[in-house]
Amino acid sequence: MADQYDVIVLGSGPGGYVAAIRCAQLGLKTAIVERENLGGICLNWGCIPTKALLRSAEVYHQMKHAAAYGLAADNIRADIDAVVKRSRGVAKQLNQGIGHLMKKNKITVHMGTGTLKSATTLEVAGDKGTETLTAKHIVVATGARARDLPFAKADGERIWTYRHAMTPKEMPSKLLVIGSGAIGIEFASFYNDMGADVTVVEMLDRVVPVEDADVSAFLEKAIKKQGMTVLTGAGVESIDVSATGVKAKIKAKDGKVTEGDYSHVIVAVGIVPNTENIGLEALGVKAERGIIAIDGYGRTNVKGVWAIGDVTPGPWLAHKASHEGVIAAEAIAAELGNKDVHPHPMDRANIPGCTYCHPQIASVGLTEAKAKEAGYELKVGTFPFIGNGKAIALGESEGFVKTVFDAKTGELLGAHMIGAEVTEMIQGFVVGKTLETTEAELMHTVFPHPTISESMHESVLAAYGRALHI
Amino acid sequence: MPVSIKMPALSPTMEEGTLARWLVKVGDTVASGDILAEIETDKATMEFEAVDEGTVLSIDVAEGSEGVKVGTVIATIASEDEDATPAPAPAAKAEAAPAPKVEAAPAPAAPAAPVAAAAPAPRGDRVIATPLAKRIAADKGLDLAAIHGTGPNGRIVKADVSDAKPAAAAPAAAPVAAASAPAAAPASIPDFGIPYEATKLNNVRKTIARRLTEAKQTIPHIYLTVDIRLDALLKLRAELNKALEVQGVKLSVNDLIIKALAKALLIVPKCNVSFAGDELRSYARADISVAVAAPSGLITPIIVDAGNKSVSAIATEMKALANKAREGKLQPHEYQGGTASLSNLGMFGIKQFDAVINPPQAMILAVGAGEQRPYVIDGALAVATVMSATGSFDHRAIDGADGAELMSALKTLIENPLGLLA
Repeated sequence: MADQYDVIVLGSGPGGYVAAIRCAQLGLKTAIVERENLGGICLNWGCIPTKALLRSAEVYHQMKHAAAYGLAADNIRADIDAVVKRSRGVAKQLNQGIGHLMKKNKITVHMGTGTLKSATTLEVAGDKGTETLTAKHIVVATGARARDLPFAKADGERIWTYRHAMTPKEMPSKLLVIGSGAIGIEFASFYNDMGADVTVVEMLDRVVPVEDADVSAFLEKAIKKQGMTVLTGAGVESIDVSATGVKAKIKAKDGKVTEGDYSHVIVAVGIVPNTENIGLEALGVKAERGIIAIDGYGRTNVKGVWAIGDVTPGPWLAHKASHEGVIAAEAIAAELGNKDVHPHPMDRANIPGCTYCHPQIASVGLTEAKAKEAGYELKVGTFPFIGNGKAIALGESEGFVKTVFDAKTGELLGAHMIGAEVTEMIQGFVVGKTLETTEAELMHTVFPHPTISESMHESVLAAYGRALHI
Repeated sequence: MPVSIKMPALSPTMEEGTLARWLVKVGDTVASGDILAEIETDKATMEFEAVDEGTVLSIDVAEGSEGVKVGTVIATIASEDEDATPAPAPAAKAEAAPAPKVEAAPAPAAPAAPVAAAAPAPRGDRVIATPLAKRIAADKGLDLAAIHGTGPNGRIVKADVSDAKPAAAAPAAAPVAAASAPAAAPASIPDFGIPYEATKLNNVRKTIARRLTEAKQTIPHIYLTVDIRLDALLKLRAELNKALEVQGVKLSVNDLIIKALAKALLIVPKCNVSFAGDELRSYARADISVAVAAPSGLITPIIVDAGNKSVSAIATEMKALANKAREGKLQPHEYQGGTASLSNLGMFGIKQFDAVINPPQAMILAVGAGEQRPYVIDGALAVATVMSATGSFDHRAIDGADGAELMSALKTLIENPLGLLA
């Protein structure tokens, strides 16, 4: 029997739908299988709706500080229902957009839960029954879900995952956020700006622990100034839920256990890949703790079965998933005889990360500590926003840009930024890194004035003792 | 309509060449048959003739550009009947200033533009590498031109240079890789502070380097040497030359050895072969490639079917080919092919040497000087003119006994030279 499709993509998140579009662009007959919403977590329950929420929080924050800009505003208040409604509206608009993209690219959408029966067969259980699809290649892009804490199972009432936190039925008055990674700190920031009393607990010795230590220290200071309580090196021992709230026992750095009352808890302690019950074990697809092992192009150990995005080793980020989707699609096309595609494997050193807390964080490459650990001799430059005219004019002089170079070759090893708009600026360094820039090209780049991005230039100059405005 | 002049394929296998020299300039009028440029392939420099008449509108590939792909637009010519180019007015001669030359180029604005766009920048010398790769290569003393890029569109990236080692460490790499590499040369040599002058390799030198490396690394050579008495051959040659004088032909000892080698190969066909991986090619004809030292480097013009040609024909042909070789004017069919080679260093007094096989051939004969040596004739010590000849054989294709048989046949033919005339 001839295969129905060249490629079936299982999961329509930012990895899956992008992989499907790229396959279709390359002339492959493509289907996509989705059990819930086209667009996956990212645009229905993740990146996009949270950005909508955070935008509301930001505007609210600015309104409260109107006087600082010489403006007056009275009776400022937040309507959490309206804020959530806006966020859902944004998600819905994009969800429909994905539907159109599938149609435009002639990708067949099968709604239902997919299970691999073989490397070329996929069974889809949907509302209208079960159908069996066949393809030459199958791409697993089923994503991930929030990790549970055994003693604090999310119930949607008092204990929330990101998903509950995105559609709150009520504003929390006193919020405990467990975990200070990107998800935890973004919700902490959102609810803090919206007026809640927020406590953040982080097991490691600093907030946003994957970022550069200087960024962590700067953020901790900034959010404490905003009124948050930050407990690092601390662990939640137990959670007791009652009708009125939550009692949490927290063991601090010094070993002392204190008990606190909270209205709600957000659990944001990482993610678990969705790799169970989709037929991977029976096929012998190699995975470690649920994370599927792949080569640089997304090939698993089973021929014809590919994996991209959050089911594969991190970082667990939408743009990484999308890029893996493109690479896998091109590698599949090449295997099917397309001589015009030349896929290149993913370079993990060049995947940026953005966190939309307030102030924002953006980074790419090695932190100073990791670079030292790797044995590099370093040149490090830091430039504070207080030396940048545009940042001062915007009233956003809180932040800095830090760059880390290999002293021997001038290779840009990492860039770390915190402050206003840094998530929109990091791509400059990512492009540079992808093109294998050295300090010389960055120094020779003309940065536009007046922009906050001039701080990027200054940071590079600072690494070589040549900063101009400090 | 201006005519685009494209890089010609001067041999069936030519993919790219070096634009060695332009013999015309913008504004020149050319007639059919005029030499436009000299183009250097991997073997020879050839003249490139104009087919159409017209005026040179533009020269799109600079003199000295290497690696110009066949089909690349190298110049444009406006045909004579359209006066697209008003520039080289007859009066210009009187003024004789260099200025008009410069003016000539931008004049035909309309046609010139698309030409410029169509001519892809010849890759030539430009090495595409990231800034970081360039810096690492410079620090390590690596030659980027010798490095294979794995980045987008073949760009050399950090990963390509960070593992590369300069100079001597290279030979450890797989010999197969070395053989397929363009020059198979070490990337760089440490500078010991000895004053030197660096000369860029021409295509002939690059080809010699590649092919000889390939030969020595992939062909198991076996060497068989015989001493051959030349007295009879020298006597015959003197008589023949006297007889041929009226025809203006003068035989060299080498011409006679060419004939002898070809005949020997026909007598022992097991040595007139090529080793082609999973098959052995046995040739029905003996075409002898004769090594000639040309200014640009060694080249081997071919005497086709030397076994069935008269020695006078061989002498005449060899003289013409050697002259062409020295002038770099051999046509590809005149040096590509051959079933065995002959290299003679006797004129330098070399007594004996072992030559490197010229693939895909399976044997080469190395001939030393003919000299008077003490020689045992009929059990008594005497003086004879003797030369040592060494055959190098591809041992994958030719067994030692077969090679020995060829050397023995050669000895017999030369020592009884009348057989060469029959």
